[in-house]
Amino acid sequence: MSVDPEFIRLAAEAMVTIAPQGRALGFRLVSSEPGRGSIEVPWREDLVGNPDTGVIAGGVVTSLLDHTCGMAILSAAKEFIATATLDLRIDYMRAAAPRAGVTAMAHCYKLTRSIAFVRAEAWDVDPSDLIATAQGAFVINRLTDAAGR
Amino acid sequence: MSDPPHEQLEAFLQRVPYIRFLGMRAELSGDEMTAVLPFADHLVGNFQLPALHGGVIGAFLEMTALAQLSVTQGSAKIHKTIDVTIEYLRPGRALTTYARADLRKVGRRVANVHVEAWQEARDQPIAFLRGHFLLSGGS
Repeated sequence: MSVDPEFIRLAAEAMVTIAPQGRALGFRLVSSEPGRGSIEVPWREDLVGNPDTGVIAGGVVTSLLDHTCGMAILSAAKEFIATATLDLRIDYMRAAAPRAGVTAMAHCYKLTRSIAFVRAEAWDVDPSDLIATAQGAFVINRLTDAAGR
Repeated sequence: MSDPPHEQLEAFLQRVPYIRFLGMRAELSGDEMTAVLPFADHLVGNFQLPALHGGVIGAFLEMTALAQLSVTQGSAKIHKTIDVTIEYLRPGRALTTYARADLRKVGRRVANVHVEAWQEARDQPIAFLRGHFLLSGGS
């Protein structure tokens, strides 16, 4: 079954605007395709984690990675679903550059009826020079399941 | 009367802009710190339930670990997160969330910290975090 590109686009746009946390952080859609998604968060003074360096907080990167994983799952699912994070492991390789925003790219590489497995990475300036990587498992709640009950 | 741990904690909470963005507070009873995250609309991930964003819960747990480290280590420096694993047990509802950190091992350079978050009942945790932190002063 092929995925309707229009669904992917609408789902991706919904993902970056629908969550109050995403709006509060200033999430912007970068790209979306089946099973993948990318979101950026621009640098902002009130999102700084270390006032000595002006580097964006790790917590912002956590929200960004979690949210980008959700977008990748939605684009893989071919239908509107709700996701809940089961676990998320994040490695922080280095701090972001001072006053730099962060971009994340996630790949949902396996989707079963009820679970999605996702990897994601984040960078500040250069996609080949990562600041963080993530690996997560998510529970899927399909609207069709709810309707069938 | 000066109270160094209290001052350490307040200094940490005041210094970090992102902690103010979250609206996070912390209370110290003896050497036991409880972090408090009052519910706020901008922390919501799923507006239909509504539920706290998973990333917010993870961030709150991570900041709790860093705050506890700053109190225990007595340093104004902010330690660096190496890695965190967050496990989600229950949705974070539109309620105040609490967290406590347990410093499992504080070595010369690296600390291993476990953090637990709950809302209405301590015995019904909503999430756990396990993480490693590079202590400032180490390299």
